[in-house]
Amino acid sequence: MGWRLVPRSQPSKRMLLLAPLLAVGLTLCAGVAVFASLGQNPLTALRVFFIDPISDVNGVSELLLKASPLCLIALGLAIGFRANIWNIGAEGQMYVGGIFATGLAIHFGESGGVWLLPAMVVAAALGGALWASITAVCRAQFHANEILVSLMLTYVADLLVKYLVFGPWQDPNGNNFPFTVQFDDAALFSLFASFGWEWLEGTRLNTSLLLTIVAIPVAWLFMEKSFAGFQLSVTGLAPRAARYAGFPQKRMVWMALLISGAAAGIAGASEVAGPIGQLNDRWTPGYGFTAIIVATLGRMHAGGIVLAALLMALLYLGGEAAQIALQLPKAISQVFQGLLLMFLLGSDVLVNYRIVATAKGPV
Amino acid sequence: MSSQALLSLQGVRKSYPSVVAVDDVSLTVVPGEIHAVLGENGAGKSTLMKIIYGAVKPDSGHMAWNGEPVEIDSPAMARRLGIAMVFQHFALFDSASVVENMALALPGVFDLNGLAARITEVSGRYGLPLQPWRPVHELSVGERQRVEIVRCLLQSPKLLIMDEPTSVLAPQAVDQLFDTLRVLSAEGTAILYISHKLDEIRRLCHRATILRGGRLIGEVDPRQESERRLAELMIGRDFPETRRSATAVGDVALELMGLSVPGDGPFGTTLEGISLRVHRGEIVGIAGISGNGQAELLAAITGESTVPDAQSVWLSGTPVGRMGAARRRRMGLVNVPEERLGRGAVPPMSLSDNALLTGHSQSMVSRGLVDSDETRAFAAKCISGFDVRCGGPGALAQSLSGGNLQKFIVGREIMQKPQVMVVAQPTWGVDVAASALIRQQLMDLAAKGVAILVISEDLGEILEICDKVTVIAGGRLSPVREVEQTNAQEIGRWMAGLFSNEGSSEATMGQAA
Repeated sequence: MGWRLVPRSQPSKRMLLLAPLLAVGLTLCAGVAVFASLGQNPLTALRVFFIDPISDVNGVSELLLKASPLCLIALGLAIGFRANIWNIGAEGQMYVGGIFATGLAIHFGESGGVWLLPAMVVAAALGGALWASITAVCRAQFHANEILVSLMLTYVADLLVKYLVFGPWQDPNGNNFPFTVQFDDAALFSLFASFGWEWLEGTRLNTSLLLTIVAIPVAWLFMEKSFAGFQLSVTGLAPRAARYAGFPQKRMVWMALLISGAAAGIAGASEVAGPIGQLNDRWTPGYGFTAIIVATLGRMHAGGIVLAALLMALLYLGGEAAQIALQLPKAISQVFQGLLLMFLLGSDVLVNYRIVATAKGPV
Repeated sequence: MSSQALLSLQGVRKSYPSVVAVDDVSLTVVPGEIHAVLGENGAGKSTLMKIIYGAVKPDSGHMAWNGEPVEIDSPAMARRLGIAMVFQHFALFDSASVVENMALALPGVFDLNGLAARITEVSGRYGLPLQPWRPVHELSVGERQRVEIVRCLLQSPKLLIMDEPTSVLAPQAVDQLFDTLRVLSAEGTAILYISHKLDEIRRLCHRATILRGGRLIGEVDPRQESERRLAELMIGRDFPETRRSATAVGDVALELMGLSVPGDGPFGTTLEGISLRVHRGEIVGIAGISGNGQAELLAAITGESTVPDAQSVWLSGTPVGRMGAARRRRMGLVNVPEERLGRGAVPPMSLSDNALLTGHSQSMVSRGLVDSDETRAFAAKCISGFDVRCGGPGALAQSLSGGNLQKFIVGREIMQKPQVMVVAQPTWGVDVAASALIRQQLMDLAAKGVAILVISEDLGEILEICDKVTVIAGGRLSPVREVEQTNAQEIGRWMAGLFSNEGSSEATMGQAA
């Protein structure tokens, strides 16, 4: 007696869209088991994890603050993923974006005017795109695997950040700690609270959110309505059809990687010039990697990605809350991320395949 | 043939969610007969054969083997009974070699070297040359079918099911295969023979069962019926005939001048000094057995692969050898590839999106954005203009039958108002009515002054629609002849590589004299 997977002739479209919800439900169930095994009351733990973090304005603003870069990076990644171009190195592209933004911020700090922040965003986009272009060259010219190249370049980018904050860019008055000077106001995104909205008083939500809000419809338009987006989708779904139609293969690789690199770079700027206000050696909770889950969970569609980014941001906040309130280990967030991805991929397999019992071995 | 039935089917029915594929069909096969199963695409022939072969389980009905009731629940069981099948869509493992693929289908211990020798022997005997150690992914469609045929012959079956087996064979090889089948038949092997080629069925088969829309229409002796009568029984209405109106031939639109391309990979075919002219208003056919350089030639003409010498491919007086496919398309070159799903069309995309695939220059894109109204209108026009049976512009390409998808692709390319059209295997696996429509469209297009190049393994088709014919063999092109000035025998010799390039400046001698 054995089992094997047989492709379904017509996978249900509805199930494909329901699979993320199913995965979320299964993750919650598994979460109950995880909390129980850690000796916690599962219901209390779930409340601490998923409800408490967003029960006040401050919590919601923190949620948006974390969801914003996730969403931005994931939108860029989804464009490439649709073309089967798997940029796994958004984390590194985000570092380099942060580096470029920081370079302008500390060089022009005091002399900077209103132009400084927009220039930093543009520089960050260029930096992220530049870092991604190394992967693009390797893939387009030398047929190297973009997954490996982009992933390994992340560690190079990490070392680059460390070199700068331990070396040339270290704050001279920072007691030898690995960070740069605090950015001047001209190099920082303004807090919404500073616009005189009292109900936002004390929150860290800032104008970098607007970048993401603009990016969502732009990405939707690009993916669903533009001819370039169509060409990328064809390249992913039927590469031979793309060659037949004469779509430029190398340009597809470049476009996918430059767009996702630039998006990750901008996310980097929104962090260093946002809540962090400087460059240091541990400023990101892994947004670039989490965004891969966000893009997958969101089904590579703009709307889905927005929801998925909010959910993953909630997992970050819940993890922090669980550390403080329940003394659970920090890794609990990653456990939930991992469970979610595993359940999602598992659901996807069962949407596309059915399990058939075989009397004997494979025929 | 009054002996006891080898196989009998009673009231077999199989329905799928949207369609009844086989509806109350009964069939008997006696030992030693060659029994044709005739029907259009979608008539239920393939489903019926898969039921016999155990690949599809019927909803109801009875089957008997040698008079004993039997339920064939897997292909392995069918093979144990002595049933072998040559599939129309090949069930081969791409990454494995020819001999490994065959070993998987045969019972007993793996002895690859011994099997390779048998393959060489059997394939040589039946004129179906195969290199046992080549990986399957490097084989062309025609060569893959050859693997399937030889695989079945190795099993010395009692019942051999052949689904369109001759579509990739040269005329001599067809004759040779028929001789083989007649010998098998005389030895008592029953053969179920599915084909659209009515002349073959009339030459070869003792009985014909005709299916239409999943139902049994009747059983006739094909040797007693005219081709036209068989076609009418099969499609249930008057058989459309293709008509060629006289065309004034214009200047040269497509020209190859000494095109040479090194083969891709150790088993790719090298193109050597290919020269050819296609004038406006004429249809030139390239016959030949699959795997002789057709794929490489098509890629070099369409620009999917460029050649270093720009001067070896000319389009409307411009050397285009180094231009990519997109630029050549903009110059009015369209093409229909052999592979419909995955190359000519994106399977999970709608027909609207598939119209956009190559029709994007027809005012479907403005300022980088897709005009979905325009795209849908184009697809709808193509669907109605070319009699594509489908659920409308929103239907997914993968939901269409092969013939309807081919009509859509041909229509989409014709609607680009081309200067030059290159078509590979225009009617491969397409039913009679759709084939006639496609051929008529090509001839009408030529009448409008478009230069058309047809690459086909179906010699009958080439002789029917083309003005001139040439043959590709071993990466070289035979002399070009007016269709009236040649015959099947000469072309058959050319297919075997027996020609010298008298037309080209660098005359080369035939290889295999």
